Amino acid sequence: MARMKFLCDADRCIECNACVTACKNEHEVPWGINRRRVVTINDGKPGERSVSMACMHCTDAPCAAVCPVNCFYTTADAVVLHSKDLCIGCGYCFYACPFGAPQYPKVGNFGSRGKMDKCTYCAGGPEADGSKEEYEKYGANRLAEGKLPLCAEMCSTKSLLAGDGEIIAQIYKERVTRRGYGSGAWGWKTAYRESIES
Amino acid sequence: MASFGRFVRLAFGALALLLLVMAAPAPLGAQQVNPTASSVNERQLLQELDRIQGRVSIPDQRSSVLVQPQGREWREFRNVALRWIGGIAIIGMLAVIVIFYLTRGMVRLESGRSGRTIVRFNGFERFVHWMTATCFIILAISGLNITFGRPLLLPLIGFQAFSEWSQWAKYAHNYLSFPFTIGVVLIFLMWIGGNIPNKVDLEWAKRGGGLFGHDHPPANRFNGGQKAIYWIVVIGGGLVAATGYVLMFPFYVTAIEGMQMAQIVHSIVGVLFVAAMIAHIYIGTIGMEGAFEAMGSGEVDVNWAREHHSLWLEQQTAQSGSSPSQSGHAAAPAE
Repeated sequence: MARMKFLCDADRCIECNACVTACKNEHEVPWGINRRRVVTINDGKPGERSVSMACMHCTDAPCAAVCPVNCFYTTADAVVLHSKDLCIGCGYCFYACPFGAPQYPKVGNFGSRGKMDKCTYCAGGPEADGSKEEYEKYGANRLAEGKLPLCAEMCSTKSLLAGDGEIIAQIYKERVTRRGYGSGAWGWKTAYRESIES
Repeated sequence: MASFGRFVRLAFGALALLLLVMAAPAPLGAQQVNPTASSVNERQLLQELDRIQGRVSIPDQRSSVLVQPQGREWREFRNVALRWIGGIAIIGMLAVIVIFYLTRGMVRLESGRSGRTIVRFNGFERFVHWMTATCFIILAISGLNITFGRPLLLPLIGFQAFSEWSQWAKYAHNYLSFPFTIGVVLIFLMWIGGNIPNKVDLEWAKRGGGLFGHDHPPANRFNGGQKAIYWIVVIGGGLVAATGYVLMFPFYVTAIEGMQMAQIVHSIVGVLFVAAMIAHIYIGTIGMEGAFEAMGSGEVDVNWAREHHSLWLEQQTAQSGSSPSQSGHAAAPAE
């Protein structure tokens, strides 16, 4: 089985936000929640870079470690998923996450946290693959159909890569060698405790 | 004419193309620079600020934080340090009480019951006490569930049942925080008069509060131990309430680091609070004969008052002019 990862080549990202839009549309993500976002660092200054970021599906995921009801699980493809039936909306995964991935719909008392929502790597949830319940709770399950996450699939500059960690790292290394520069795999050190030296 | 025009256009075109081809390599050659020379670097940014923040074009501005790895330290606190602190505080306190009960036993009324009583807490005081106490017990159980439920209770009752219970516990924890906070504020206002530490408490503390042997150090309406409980409730309750609301209303007051800090304060104060309240419950029930009545019926035996709150009893008798009897006779000893 593969070890699925995301890699954003910041030297290619043009901040078009198409990944953000594609994600929202594919999964019909509720209003106010963005599973993916593009952050521009040093905006307007020389050397600015944009990075598309979502749940990184960390190795030894902090969200899963701190969850009081243990609602997270890791798939055979190393994708970190959770059960919305078990989630109690306490907010702890959000305190632990380095990437600000978990988000909560403002429902219920005091507009407080509902069931947590985050990027599923287009892999749905614990329900049967491709079922209506799965779609309503977690969005489309593209992985079960043999497809990769839509954000990366339709990235116009192929900045955002998704797939097996070794393969996308290899693609990135080749790019860096060919063009002679690269600002590194953003978030990898934090998520996977490893980085791609460029 | 037409062919001449076509020739001129062709000539211009060829000239333009030639210029373009000749001009193109020049700027390319001059541009031998590394386009990433001034670009932002993740490692450097993380070293500078411990987190990376930028600008987003979606409405949710909180998502502009790209990476903030300090959640790792918070995770370590929650999964390791807090369990040790909570475990030692609560199990330690229980152990101390069990040992104390087995060696010392219940603190008896040494002069027996007089049969006469004196009002210690009026109806309103008791209502506030029990409102706060009921809320506290539910808040404590639902709070401990968040820290200790996963390793202790989840394996016993399974995922589905544990999630269901935790969901209701979370609602209870959120809702009951309001009456609890009101209770803490009322306790603060209601009993502040008798709870300012003074020299009597020093003497009381020096004599171990009369916990050992048959000593009965003099005390006012509230003795040193009760004053300690009062301040634990007021300060501890204030802290858990303030930090709890920070967590309950995310981003109203602080960003994520602030919420991590709030959770750390909330949980440490919470477990110590629970440990302190175990001691309070013990001494108010099976730990001391005649103590529960103070918060039960609100009236305590005069002999109990004489043994444990001698100065208060003197003061009360002086105020009412005669002995604080209810129905009995002033001179009737209980022996």
